[in-house]
Amino acid sequence: MYPHIEGCNQFARVAPTPRRLLGTGMDTSPYIELRDVVFARGDRRIFDGVSLDIPRGKITAIMGPSGTGKTTLLRLIGGQLRPDSGTITVAGENVPRLKRKALYRLREKMGMLFQSGALFTDLSVFENVAFPLRVHTSLPEDMIRDIVLMKLEAVGLRGARELMPAELSGGMTRRVALARSIALDPELIMYDEPFAGQDPIAMGVLIKLIRDLNSSMGLTSVMVSHDVKESLSICHYACIVADGQIIGDGTPEEIKAHPSEQVQQFLHGHPDGPVPFHYPAADAGQDWGITGRSR
Amino acid sequence: MDKLAAFGRLGLDIIASLGRSGRFLAGVLGGVSKPSVAFPLLLKQLYSIGVLSLAIIVVSGLFIGMVLGLQGYTILSDYGSEAAIGQMIALTLVRELGPVVTALLFAGRAGSALTAEIGLMKTTEQLSSMEMMGVDPLRRVIAPRLWAGFIAVPILAAVFSVVGIWGGMLVGVEWLGVFEGSFWGNMQSSVSFTNDVLNGVIKSVVFGFVCTWIAVYQGYDCVPTSAGISSATTKTVVYSSLAVLGLDFVLTAVMFGDF
Repeated sequence: MYPHIEGCNQFARVAPTPRRLLGTGMDTSPYIELRDVVFARGDRRIFDGVSLDIPRGKITAIMGPSGTGKTTLLRLIGGQLRPDSGTITVAGENVPRLKRKALYRLREKMGMLFQSGALFTDLSVFENVAFPLRVHTSLPEDMIRDIVLMKLEAVGLRGARELMPAELSGGMTRRVALARSIALDPELIMYDEPFAGQDPIAMGVLIKLIRDLNSSMGLTSVMVSHDVKESLSICHYACIVADGQIIGDGTPEEIKAHPSEQVQQFLHGHPDGPVPFHYPAADAGQDWGITGRSR
Repeated sequence: MDKLAAFGRLGLDIIASLGRSGRFLAGVLGGVSKPSVAFPLLLKQLYSIGVLSLAIIVVSGLFIGMVLGLQGYTILSDYGSEAAIGQMIALTLVRELGPVVTALLFAGRAGSALTAEIGLMKTTEQLSSMEMMGVDPLRRVIAPRLWAGFIAVPILAAVFSVVGIWGGMLVGVEWLGVFEGSFWGNMQSSVSFTNDVLNGVIKSVVFGFVCTWIAVYQGYDCVPTSAGISSATTKTVVYSSLAVLGLDFVLTAVMFGDF
């Protein structure tokens, strides 16, 4: 249904060194590099020495069970969180070490689609998409109008420009948020659970948009999701996060054939396996008061 | 031992929260936006925080002034001093009730709304999305609200005092028959601009700043859930009220405690 785009080399967890293809001038270095990233919340280690390369100009899917830190990974890449140790390099800049001003300048190269859409509720669809243009550019009003309408046309919502966010469906909200996130023509776009809670038509529209935007704008796309089928149908490269580690990575075909039981349990949605059905608990006999009872 | 540990943890939490709010304030005040960007945002907030609070301030001021007129007349007439009702009402309002009641009303009406609005923006990831667009929410969202509160409260307090005095005049002069010349004349001779009016303005500036700081910080720092917003809104009203009353005592002691 969604033909997979072939031709992407697998990026190892620690990337090989070549940066440019000789003679072509094409940059093949990873757009994002994570090295030995450790991040903890209280006593719980969300990431325990994660290293990962995200290829330039491709769609990378980061998958994993709920609560494994997929969204946290996006926030680390965007500099909203700082790792306890390790380096995170985006477009050649070490994000955790950036000063505030440099970090905000780097973010102008990023777009992010939040799970909720995160539209400004007091602004219309048009004004939401125009917001980054008004803040970061000094373009004349007629040019802002043209750009906003083009972005809305790209997501099929040019006709909805006068609506307020409260008047939009869930799928439309995400499409408007997508239009807003590409308003400044970013180099990187991050999608946080783009398919969660969407009906099949909205999901199909979002899949098409993510794929088309990536190919037409040459974006580097990072997609966090636990929708296996949809993610593998459009990504060039995928990695699966669990227990603070990357437990599997590769092209969609390699992921599907991955030998790890935990990866296979996640891909096929088996209720029991390396990730147990039961949350760790005391001995059941103790809870029901039948252990050691003498008659 | 557990109680001691809990007490210690509470103390550490309070200190950590104070530290966070201090850093937050430094972040808000440290950033300077372009006037062409900041001024329209400030005007919008002045309208929603200040102008929309006028109704409650005017109505409250009127009734409090009328009550002061009635109570003052009842008490002062026992001593044959009902002519002093004007100065009593003016001094009470300008020195104390104007700044204090305005700040309390502001915390309940605008402060809680600020907290809920910012908390909801946080919960719906609007602040995060702003950050990811390269826009600092401290400058774009918080700073205009903080400055608007800082500017609005002294003006609202002045309106409160003026309307209160007028309400007291309605009761004292128009209803109870106090001589109008004594009412205004005693007021004019006993109210000092520097000692009374200016000190009242200083109080309302301090209260406005503290109430708005508490409101925006509670919204920004809230747990991003519906229960978190509810708790933050409650905290805004409670902390602001306590801060206003506590600071009022301190400021009064400093300003008028020269015994």
